[in-house]
Amino acid sequence: MEHSNKYIFIYSIVMVVVIAVSLTVVAVQLKPAQEDNIRIEKMQNILTSVNVPIASVPKKQIIEVYHKYITTAIGININGDVVEQDAEKVFAIDLANEFKKPAEKQILPVFTATLDGGDTAVIVPLRGKGLWGPVWGYISFKTDYNTVFGTMFDHKGETPGLGAEINQPFFMNPFKGKTIFDQDGKFTSIQIVKGGAADDNPHGVDAISGGTITSKGVEKMIFDNLTSYQAYINKQKKK
Amino acid sequence: MSDISKTKEREPMFSAKVLKLLKNPFNLENPITVQVLGICSALAVTVQMKPAIVMALSVTIVTAFSNLIISSLRDTIPSRIRIIVQLVVVAALVIIVDQVLKAYVYDVSKKLSVFVGLIITNCILMGRLEAYAMANKPWPSFVDGFGNGLGYGLILVIVAFFRELLGSGKIYGFRVIPQAVYDSGYMDNGLMILPPMALITIGVIIWVQRARTPELQEK
Repeated sequence: MEHSNKYIFIYSIVMVVVIAVSLTVVAVQLKPAQEDNIRIEKMQNILTSVNVPIASVPKKQIIEVYHKYITTAIGININGDVVEQDAEKVFAIDLANEFKKPAEKQILPVFTATLDGGDTAVIVPLRGKGLWGPVWGYISFKTDYNTVFGTMFDHKGETPGLGAEINQPFFMNPFKGKTIFDQDGKFTSIQIVKGGAADDNPHGVDAISGGTITSKGVEKMIFDNLTSYQAYINKQKKK
Repeated sequence: MSDISKTKEREPMFSAKVLKLLKNPFNLENPITVQVLGICSALAVTVQMKPAIVMALSVTIVTAFSNLIISSLRDTIPSRIRIIVQLVVVAALVIIVDQVLKAYVYDVSKKLSVFVGLIITNCILMGRLEAYAMANKPWPSFVDGFGNGLGYGLILVIVAFFRELLGSGKIYGFRVIPQAVYDSGYMDNGLMILPPMALITIGVIIWVQRARTPELQEK
């Protein structure tokens, strides 16, 4: 059956409007649940970076566990001054958005965790570029602001089996105990060494074979992000 | 009056014809092994059982309901824009499924990543819409879509079963190969996790299926 042009236009318009309305309704209805998922994932990531075992914790209890361990969250600026005290607002900071702003307007989060046994760890979020897309993570330090306490890395879409392995324990665990300053107090960050870091290298970990660009991306991410925290770290160390 | 009702007597809901629509995709007209459609997602999401099952359900829901919707509209759809109409319906359903997965099974939805979105381009969908739903009544079309989705899902689950078992020693996330076996020198086959082994697994399934079904063998 041949239809007139008018019929086709009206048909298309009605179809598009009906579908647009139904998709909007679905999206609005499901938004709160989706946002909760993203928040919970962020909490899981932060807890992982301070070595809190969360694999067996059901999703619903993550919020509780998070508030138990993560005691403070503050936002600092590039000069190391505290500019945001509201933990909720700090938690909501998206580094991807902050990095688009000029350096002096960025607000960078610092989380503090009080762990079982009274240890305190300071958590700094990270964000950078891998081979195919963004990589991100969290790195935590002991209170000397030098020794790495734990890390957590993840990625959007690095090569499976190669760069994608940065979120595996065999890559993340060797960061523990490494230091980001040398004996003279000079910032060294952490090198991810192709071919493997020497056992006695206090600032180096092994790269992933076949994942060189992702490994370099993680290294640059740690260096760049921690550079922004230099002023804050220096102030804290003097205290 | 009684005459009219007699001539208009409807087929039973599950007549032999309708049952055949449901059954055929499992064997003689399987979308993956016989029609060789939807292979790409079958390679990508079959590393573990859980994502494979969620993917199978998603495709089944989308094929069944897009067939139903297109079949109900088939007399009103202008033939010159019918592919566009089909695509819009399929795309809308896929987006809804994707949003629901993001809201309720977030970790699985992360594993499936782009492949849920890519259901839109899954050839099984357009194939069923063009070949069946455009020419048949809504109920048989719905069953046809449902059957084809399940036929696709069956292969996905079989492939995922072997890849997860041999590649990670687990079934549906539960470890089934005991630690003692690993201690005595057994290792998971890393190759099973990579896409080429999915292709080979599907090849073996096609082989077994053809060997057992004379109707599929070329003379």
